[in-house]
Amino acid sequence: MNLIRSLANLVPFELARGLALTGRKMFARKITIQYPEEKTPKSPRFRGLHALRRYANGEERCIACKLCEAVCPALAITIESEQRADGSRRTTRYEIDLFKCIFCGFCEESCPVDSIVETDILEYHFENRGENILSKEQLLAIGDKHEASIAAARARDAAYR
Amino acid sequence: MTEIRNYTMNFGPQHPAAHGVLRLVLELDGEVIQRADPHVGLLHRATEKLAESKPYNQSIGYMDRLDYVSMMCNEHGYVLAIEKLLGLEPPVRAQYIRVMFDEITRILNHLLWIGAHALDVGAMTMFLYAFREREDLMDCYEAVSGTRMHATYYRPGGVYRDLPESMSRYEPSKWHNEKEVERMNADRQGSLLDFIEAFSDRFPGYVDEYETLLTDNRIWKQRTVGIGVVEPERAIALGFTGPMLRGSGVEWDLRRKQPYEVYDRLDFDIPVGATGDCYDRYLVRMEEMRQSNHIIRQCVAWLRANPGPVMVDNHKVAPPHRETMKRDMESLIHHFKLFTEGYCLPAGEAYAAVEHPKGEFGCYLVSDGANKPYRLKIRAPGFVHISAMDEMVRGHMLADLVAVIGSQDIVFGEVDR
Repeated sequence: MNLIRSLANLVPFELARGLALTGRKMFARKITIQYPEEKTPKSPRFRGLHALRRYANGEERCIACKLCEAVCPALAITIESEQRADGSRRTTRYEIDLFKCIFCGFCEESCPVDSIVETDILEYHFENRGENILSKEQLLAIGDKHEASIAAARARDAAYR
Repeated sequence: MTEIRNYTMNFGPQHPAAHGVLRLVLELDGEVIQRADPHVGLLHRATEKLAESKPYNQSIGYMDRLDYVSMMCNEHGYVLAIEKLLGLEPPVRAQYIRVMFDEITRILNHLLWIGAHALDVGAMTMFLYAFREREDLMDCYEAVSGTRMHATYYRPGGVYRDLPESMSRYEPSKWHNEKEVERMNADRQGSLLDFIEAFSDRFPGYVDEYETLLTDNRIWKQRTVGIGVVEPERAIALGFTGPMLRGSGVEWDLRRKQPYEVYDRLDFDIPVGATGDCYDRYLVRMEEMRQSNHIIRQCVAWLRANPGPVMVDNHKVAPPHRETMKRDMESLIHHFKLFTEGYCLPAGEAYAAVEHPKGEFGCYLVSDGANKPYRLKIRAPGFVHISAMDEMVRGHMLADLVAVIGSQDIVFGEVDR
């Protein structure tokens, strides 16, 4: 009996079974997608590049309460504020250092006026030193450009927040 | 007569089989290892020290980055320690969600482990197959937390948000037409729970595929059977936990021995090995994936039937609902207090441990009554396992070292912290 088993062991059946499996997979439907042209679905909760939002009338939302600055675990946010001519409190400087940011989403969670948000943008790059620090203008520009998708994602997830 | 001296060699820290930044100083006699001296600390980020300067909640995100292949389990250990000191009990639904995601994390971790381990030993295909399944599980992560890896999802008092009722879907493109996209979206029609259930239906078949490729494979067995044997007594003495200990035949699992959350209500088995070699540890982890899948299915069934809150109603610890915060002054004050000052823990100390995919992950928290920890000590399983590296590889060939590193499932984020 043992002799038969030993002889049978000379034939690599289990390797053949493995090869048959990989062979089957070779002809199976591909699960890959063609990346830049198509993308995997993104959750409405996705936490990507930051943006500052405005109200529908064009007024910036941020009121310089500095909650996001206080809650940021990585100390990536720097805010300076002043009273504007019309008496409202606004930021004069709002910077996010993307090298420090750990994308935890606490800034968005803490913002009482839904101003700072993390959008679903994940493709961005820097070419020069210093470009990792997003200024207030850049953040507002990102917000203006993507307001539709930002608002849609927030609306989809509103019930859970 | 010439003196024969052993050869000293660096293995890593940039070796592709060294799993990150492991540096081993090896003393070799020909190709036989006489001594292995692991040097750790190349990925030290002072997580414990950083935690001392931040309010409690702000360190959750850093726990993800300890063992960066089992993110939510690290968070779990940390929030459990906080909850223990606060005397806080999260809602049952939150406990089930945590258990479900702990098990998803376990599968994620073991999938990466089997992929990387098999790749080190020479089986290329496993890596590709394991990542196919990881993709689905990472979609679950993203659906609840918004990120595929560093979730920051568990909070003291529950979890951040409830499970979503809908999943995002693929869009038609020039590569995939409407009909194909419909097929790709088949599992994404319902809620996240439907998605997870569909995955758990498929998953045992996938594990069978892995086993077809590896379990009986003679090359795999030659590389793993009898390699890195640890006797049960030695495993206990060395402080092993998790699959490393169970591979040696000691039935020790925190989910059973000191049940946390709802593990005492769930049905699952604990696989143990017999000989304590790399092959047994492999079998234990494979079976753990099946058991995790079984637990996930029970959690899905329970979560479907029992909607409810996922966060405690105590606004000293958990932020109020956003809409309430915007209407109600009291809630707004709570919101501001919580995000600036955080909350204070009563003076004292607590140790909470979870059965992490790699072993016992524990957080020892000392509080002096402030809003940040006085001291946070993290008990990382990988550190204990790598300490035994010398004992496990002594007398083995150099190539077996790679199999041992693989079966220890080392991740340097937690070893170096």
